[in-house]
Amino acid sequence: MRKLIVAFVFAALPGLSLAAGGGFHLDKANVDLSDTASLQRGAQLFTNYCLSCHSAQYMRYNRMGRDLGLTDEQVQQNLMFTTEKIGDTMKVAMSAADGKAWFGAPPPDLSVIARARGADYLYTYMRSFYTDEKRPFGVNNAVFADVGMPHVLWELQGMQKAVFKTEKASDGSDTQVLTGFEQVSPGAMSAAEYDEAMRDLVNFMVYMGEPAQLQRQRMGWWVLGFLAVFFVVAYLLKKEYWRDVH
Amino acid sequence: MSNMMTQVLGWVDDRFPLSKMWKEHLSEYYAPKNFNFWYFFGSLAILVLAIQIVTGIFLTMNYKPDGALAFASVEYIMRDVDYGWLIRYMHSTGASAFFLVVYLHMFRGLMYGSYKKPRELIWIFGCLIYLALMAEAFFGYLLPWGQMSYWGAQVIVNLFSAVPFIGEDLSLWIRGDYVVSDATLNRFFAFHVIAVPLVLVGLVVAHILALHEVGSNNPDGVEIKKNKDPVTHIPLDGIPFHPYYTVKDIVGVVVFLMFFSAVVFFAPEMGGFFLEHPNFEPANPMMTPAHIAPVWYFTPFYAMLRAVPSIAGSAFPGVVVMGAAVVILFFLPWLDRSPVKSIRYRGLCFKALLMLFVADFIMLGFLGMKPTTDLYKFLAQIGTIYYFVFFLALAFIPKFEKTKPVPERVTQ
Repeated sequence: MRKLIVAFVFAALPGLSLAAGGGFHLDKANVDLSDTASLQRGAQLFTNYCLSCHSAQYMRYNRMGRDLGLTDEQVQQNLMFTTEKIGDTMKVAMSAADGKAWFGAPPPDLSVIARARGADYLYTYMRSFYTDEKRPFGVNNAVFADVGMPHVLWELQGMQKAVFKTEKASDGSDTQVLTGFEQVSPGAMSAAEYDEAMRDLVNFMVYMGEPAQLQRQRMGWWVLGFLAVFFVVAYLLKKEYWRDVH
Repeated sequence: MSNMMTQVLGWVDDRFPLSKMWKEHLSEYYAPKNFNFWYFFGSLAILVLAIQIVTGIFLTMNYKPDGALAFASVEYIMRDVDYGWLIRYMHSTGASAFFLVVYLHMFRGLMYGSYKKPRELIWIFGCLIYLALMAEAFFGYLLPWGQMSYWGAQVIVNLFSAVPFIGEDLSLWIRGDYVVSDATLNRFFAFHVIAVPLVLVGLVVAHILALHEVGSNNPDGVEIKKNKDPVTHIPLDGIPFHPYYTVKDIVGVVVFLMFFSAVVFFAPEMGGFFLEHPNFEPANPMMTPAHIAPVWYFTPFYAMLRAVPSIAGSAFPGVVVMGAAVVILFFLPWLDRSPVKSIRYRGLCFKALLMLFVADFIMLGFLGMKPTTDLYKFLAQIGTIYYFVFFLALAFIPKFEKTKPVPERVTQ
């Protein structure tokens, strides 16, 4: 029993093996997959800003539409910009070789990125670009140091610069520690609006990582309910049979 | 109708020992009546094996063992195959459940001395099952073709190259290539879906046949066959497995399925323990992940591997220690010399050492998933030493152990 309990305690410790975000504190994304409006806004941001370089080659347009409460026509008119068919997956025209030449590394497929990196990581990452003249696109990222990706959403967020604090490292030398950001130029959105938009985007990416999530949880309650009833029957049956065992 | 059934059964029985087998293994197999909580895990292990085989068959219908297609075919199963996500999660959760159930089943054996005479062969078959299970899990883990699949396999296969003289050729022979590649994936697939399962099922049959030959142990460690009814020759403390333990095991199955379903439907990744996060990135031979850790059920042994210092730049000593940790299990029936089977009638020393062993195994499991630091490495070294000390101590404890008298009949 003890082993069982300890095993479950260990299993419950969240994200022990989560990829570390370079030590930078991750903000909570607090996504909500039942918020369909948020998912729709996220899908819009994703198809408008991400899908030009990143593919989501396991996500089908019509599946997305169905899950997000959109008709095929709505998806085609608002979320599809190429001549793909509604049953296609979200491919991208850029070749891996071009991506490598332009950005240093081919932009990864984003279908299951939320499952690999976690929602909080993506949420913080999208809000942590800062100006850095040393980088080819003039921006760096606090979560993903020296990332090849430009700040695609600068129009929305505006530009921010990093604030550093000098700290003593364990060997006594001075190190620069990134503590926060300072807005340099305004974007189309306020900071709060941008945070909310990024929450929508990450919400959509979490959905995209596993489109069957909501269905899975709904079914889970039925299964557990059935097992609870079955347990009563099985227990009474056992008791009845064991009456004559002393 | 029933007359007709009797006739059919009679026809079959004249040609095949159907009724005989039913009686020998179920309706007239007499099991001790005092089985407790710990005795659920044998039947649960069979249940999990069945789940793995059935879900495995359906996964194979859509999975592609091809380095260029494997990762995508898993996502195809997760998205486009009807209830593919359910089949896949049952299989991935089943892998962890299998080890959890088997570890608890083995712990039961340790507690009640179930490996002692006349059950040594049952224990040895069990150890072989555990070994086959580790092989099955290892081969299967490569198939999703994610980063952890790939680099985990790379690390484990590289262990073989630590073997002196033949190591490099040996690992090359296992991989079928200079790095883990499509060739490796194909052969691991073959081992995972047919070779090892065949061995596994055969061993399970042998395990059960050996058990039914000598009869089950029980929490009192009393041989129920010593006290038989003079007329019927049925053990006085025995009850027919069917229907008594079949109906009881159904209750165990339902409770198990509740935990199992809770994971499958609400936490299939189990916070990264059952499905590791980096494994959602496709295998990339050009990029080593920052931290490679095996799945939780292998981590105690992985911790031992890392705890042993390498000699002359060779990791071989660690590989030997890790192997010895599994091999020593086979010798348990001859290491433990106490005539008393059950922990209930053994001395405080054994109880304390066994509890410490459980804590040690869990600690090693924890250390195996963490990156090494000086402190963790030291703890892993202590843990590795104690792992072996425990087994060797079993040979010496009986020399001074004060055991309690074992009753003639089972207690309730």
